[in-house]
Amino acid sequence: MLLEAPVVAPEIVYFSSVSGNTARFVSKLGRPAARIPLHASAPALEVANPYVLVTPTYGEHGRGSVPKQVIRFLNDEGNRALLRGVVAGGNTNFGSDFCIAGDIIAAKCDVPYLHRFEVFGTPDDVTILNQRLDDLWQL
Amino acid sequence: MTDTQHSTGAAGAFDELVDAPIEDTREAIAAEREATAETLAAGHQTEAQKRQHKHNHLVQAINWNRIEDDKDLEVWNRLVNNFWLPEKVPLSNDIQSWGTLTPAEQQLTMRVFTGLTLLDTIQGTVGAVSLIPDAITPHEEAVYTNIAFMESVHAKSYSSIFSTLASTKEIDDAFRWSTENPYLQRKAEIIVDYYEGDDPLKRKIASTLLESFLFYSGFYLPMYWSSHAKLTNTADMIRLIIRDEAVHGYYIGYKFQQGFAKLSEERQAEIKDYTYTLMYELYENESKYTAELYDAVGLTEDVKKFLHYNANKALMNLGFEPLFPSSVTDVNPAILSALSPNADENHDFFSGSGSSYVIGKAVATEDEDWDF
Repeated sequence: MLLEAPVVAPEIVYFSSVSGNTARFVSKLGRPAARIPLHASAPALEVANPYVLVTPTYGEHGRGSVPKQVIRFLNDEGNRALLRGVVAGGNTNFGSDFCIAGDIIAAKCDVPYLHRFEVFGTPDDVTILNQRLDDLWQL
Repeated sequence: MTDTQHSTGAAGAFDELVDAPIEDTREAIAAEREATAETLAAGHQTEAQKRQHKHNHLVQAINWNRIEDDKDLEVWNRLVNNFWLPEKVPLSNDIQSWGTLTPAEQQLTMRVFTGLTLLDTIQGTVGAVSLIPDAITPHEEAVYTNIAFMESVHAKSYSSIFSTLASTKEIDDAFRWSTENPYLQRKAEIIVDYYEGDDPLKRKIASTLLESFLFYSGFYLPMYWSSHAKLTNTADMIRLIIRDEAVHGYYIGYKFQQGFAKLSEERQAEIKDYTYTLMYELYENESKYTAELYDAVGLTEDVKKFLHYNANKALMNLGFEPLFPSSVTDVNPAILSALSPNADENHDFFSGSGSSYVIGKAVATEDEDWDF
């Protein structure tokens, strides 16, 4: 039997490692969300409606900044076509690399960079991003 | 003939051994073997095995091809990629800039850096090392050894700044100040107490608060100078330290959360309460330390915002909600942009300062390279 890839209709698609910081931030937004699988052995996520991507930033000096799981997800043309905005997590301690994964995705996919947050986001981050998401979906 | 005499002498020594009570020894060995067989048959470990297992736990051969926690490898790689040494940062380009600081500003800078040296020394020789016996995986132990070494590199890097910019007398004065300042000593005392305590989770809390909070009253100053185009090479080096501390705080905080998740609800509440109490205690001391250093230059309030902002991040690294409201964490934008230098703005050809540290590339030599 072929493994059927799950097709879902979330408003948010996110990636979070075992540290779970991004997952924790996304759960605070209170919106339907789907998690990109951690392991390549899991069936790839395929979305069916417009969504906003939330990703942590990895690596240094721009190399490997976008998690490979996110790259795999965006390499699917169908997924990429439905991307409407990006949100990235990071740490200002990394200086000019702060949340650079969001810059890379926004430039490559030509979508707005909606917000940056640190660790699992402050209550202010949740308020700001929810406002921006409301505005985005009203357009 | 000498050879023969010699071998005869040796044979004489063996003759004495032959007289040893071999029968007794054989019986003892046989009895021991029997006891071991009985113990093993009963499904128990012998005393010798128990000793051996305890030893094995400490020095188990590390297998990097069998990773139990992916974070260990991910963080190890990150730390190795971030490796740097102070000798590669052109600090001497700051000598001219150092001369433009007033004597009071120079003294403040020296004191701030000796304070940071003390914290890095503690973290390198006591803190990160104290985490090793608590490690769950051998790879976690290896990551702590890397953290410990880098903290020693950080501690040494401040000495590079001192020897480049200041006189021996100024350096000695600053080190004397660090041993006499009550708030700095108190800060060290609180942290070392927890490192020497017997609770692995509390050790990780103290360590994360040091890595992600206690350094920042010091980190503020080189960022402030950098935002005024002063000591820009020194700031480049401090940024490398700041980057390392972020990985350390994240990792130790992550390992804390792994342990915390396994606790009962009651114990979790206790640990959480303890964390906030320790944060308050450290914050109170840190406010006084900050005021003593920065009151004279009128920067105390600005530094405190930076402290609040980083205290929140330290708590979040431990998985706890931020403490300070956004009204008191609005860090001066000049400091935030000094943390995050834009390559165009910061790269000053004439002062030889660059925002990023680049490891040299090797190029194959050619015959003409050797034609002097």
